[in-house]
Amino acid sequence: MGLDIRWPIGLMFSLIGALLTGYGAWTASDSKMYQRSLGINIDLRWGVVLLVFGLLMLLLAWRGKSRYQTPDAKPTGTNPAA
Amino acid sequence: MLIYVGFVIGIGFFLSRYMKSSSDFLTSGRSIPAWVTGLAFISANLGALELVGMAGNSAKYGMITAHFYWVGAIPAMVFLAVFMMPFYYGSKARSVPEYLKMRFDERVRALNSVAFAVMTLFASGISMNALAKLLHALLGWDYNVALWISSGVVLVYVLKGGLTSAIYTEVLQFFMIVLGFAPVVYLGLKDVGGWDAVKDKLALAATNPVHLNLADTAGKTYHPYAWSSAWKPLLDGPNQNAYGLDWFGVVFGLGFVLSFGYWCTNFLVVQRAMAARNMSAARRTPLIAAVPKMLFPALVILPGLLAVALTNIPGKDYRIPQALIESANYPTAIAALNQAVAQKAKPEVASAALTQALKKAGNSVGFNRAKIEALLKDKAASPIPDELLKLRLQDAVNNDYDGVIFSLVKKYCPTGLLGLALTGLLASFMSGMAGNVTAFNTIWTYDLYQAYFAPNKTDAHYAWMGRFITVAGILLSILCAYVAKRYDNIMDFIQLVFSFVNAPLFGTFLLAMFWKRCTGTGAFLGLFGGIGTSVLVHGLTMAEGKGGWLGVDLYTFNSTMAQNFWLATFAFTSCFLLTAGISLATARTKTDEELKGLVYSLTPKIKHDEGSWFLRPAVLGVILLACCVVLNLIFY
Repeated sequence: MGLDIRWPIGLMFSLIGALLTGYGAWTASDSKMYQRSLGINIDLRWGVVLLVFGLLMLLLAWRGKSRYQTPDAKPTGTNPAA
Repeated sequence: MLIYVGFVIGIGFFLSRYMKSSSDFLTSGRSIPAWVTGLAFISANLGALELVGMAGNSAKYGMITAHFYWVGAIPAMVFLAVFMMPFYYGSKARSVPEYLKMRFDERVRALNSVAFAVMTLFASGISMNALAKLLHALLGWDYNVALWISSGVVLVYVLKGGLTSAIYTEVLQFFMIVLGFAPVVYLGLKDVGGWDAVKDKLALAATNPVHLNLADTAGKTYHPYAWSSAWKPLLDGPNQNAYGLDWFGVVFGLGFVLSFGYWCTNFLVVQRAMAARNMSAARRTPLIAAVPKMLFPALVILPGLLAVALTNIPGKDYRIPQALIESANYPTAIAALNQAVAQKAKPEVASAALTQALKKAGNSVGFNRAKIEALLKDKAASPIPDELLKLRLQDAVNNDYDGVIFSLVKKYCPTGLLGLALTGLLASFMSGMAGNVTAFNTIWTYDLYQAYFAPNKTDAHYAWMGRFITVAGILLSILCAYVAKRYDNIMDFIQLVFSFVNAPLFGTFLLAMFWKRCTGTGAFLGLFGGIGTSVLVHGLTMAEGKGGWLGVDLYTFNSTMAQNFWLATFAFTSCFLLTAGISLATARTKTDEELKGLVYSLTPKIKHDEGSWFLRPAVLGVILLACCVVLNLIFY
């Protein structure tokens, strides 16, 4: 049984996104640290972006799972065009 | 931050354990949408090397680097999808060398395997070199120590079982790099003040290019748009762009030979499309991959341009990274400089003397001729205090364009985001090394050693050989890393390797797929001659002080990239002509029936069995090409 690649992508970025968002929120008052990123709390903002991306991937994987459950694929090695 | 990095790496390990083998991917490739194979296809191409190399390239050469994408990659990917994929996929070959075996004979396959094995060593060495530079730039590790430690880690990793899920890891890393680096580009663009401001600053750089420490910019200026336009500098002629090339050299050498050679014959990339569920999906794979590829300059070329722009904004305190003269070595450098002034040495002689003196002290740096010339003149006119001299000497050291990405990450990433960006780069370099060493191991042990040198040995014997060759492969890669270190931009070096391996091979493939008269002997000798031509031309010409190792310098190119493009052009042309000529002089060994499915004229036309008319490869290809034309016009 193959693994839909959207699962690991979704899982990984949801986790990283959550971590980064949390870290950004926790350090939000540290304006010195965010001087580097032009005064923008980039950790918080980008963390949210990654979290949304990760969750979207998980959603797509979950939807894909029900749709592609039945293996309609042809066996390896056959070539429909030849 | 360490905890964070550890955690992210932990996730990676957890996932790689969960996904047992690449065959997982192959099976899932038959049950999930085609965009996933497209993603795998592009991930094989777009790793950290591409990011670091292309950003460095665009800082060094400017917007013309975009030709790698909009003249090179996209048309080549469309060509692969529309014309070549039917034969790759239709032949039922599982790899590029296997196709050559079916189309011709064992000899061609063996030669291709040897060339590919050499290429994996270089690819692994280039990753090692980039990783050591990263560790040096961001953690302050010594380059040599970093190189040997990372090689040790990779050795253990490969010996313990190697890459078990290369494709999955690559796709994950692709997203890590894209998503880890995108905010850096955003912040950089915001910092400079938007694209128009970037263009203004690039104009400053182009009209006063000494800031860029280019190889030879003495008294030379470019038109203001030389760094911000893609076509105008080329059409203005070789004097007006940093490649030092005219449009033909770029369109033919890069656009046709190198790009088509890479996309249409590169084992690692093409392989991904061969894993698709059916012919339509296989042909759509490169087309889907072409969409992100087309947009990638925003992520990989823009940072290099931003770096050049930042260099020209006072107060931003940014400079394109250089190798450093260690403080203990300044007396040595100053002594060498004094001697040069006393001897009234020419700038190139003085630069060489400085490099040599510092090399003896274990400090490897190159110097910019134009800046040394100015320094010699000033010093001869009036004495310069040592403190100022130190600054000017350091300023004259050549740029290390590979450092552009690392320096931008360091400049803009606060803790947190820094971890994400670093992990992405680190993981990608590591897997680049491990993947190539594993590939080298497989090719040597099974494709060459077992096939030609020692057939019918025990499994234990081959396993022993595999371990032995892994160690040997890593040692050879370290050697390649030191060769790569001589280049101030890894992309220059990567393209050099491609012009040896991929460029002639493309000639072989064009004839193999579209001319049934092409024979095995023709292909073998032609390919051999093509590779030989590359080697010969590289040995007889120079660029930026490299090449010319045959002791004769027949011609000096304006840049390493110019040398690469012409090498590729020569290699392709000689391979093509030799293959065609020898084929005509030798008898065919394969009948029409045997070549069915392998050659264009003997293969029935494909019926479109799937999807609407607008999903046909040719239609999608035309749309992609049209988008490409538009992009070229926008950045004309």
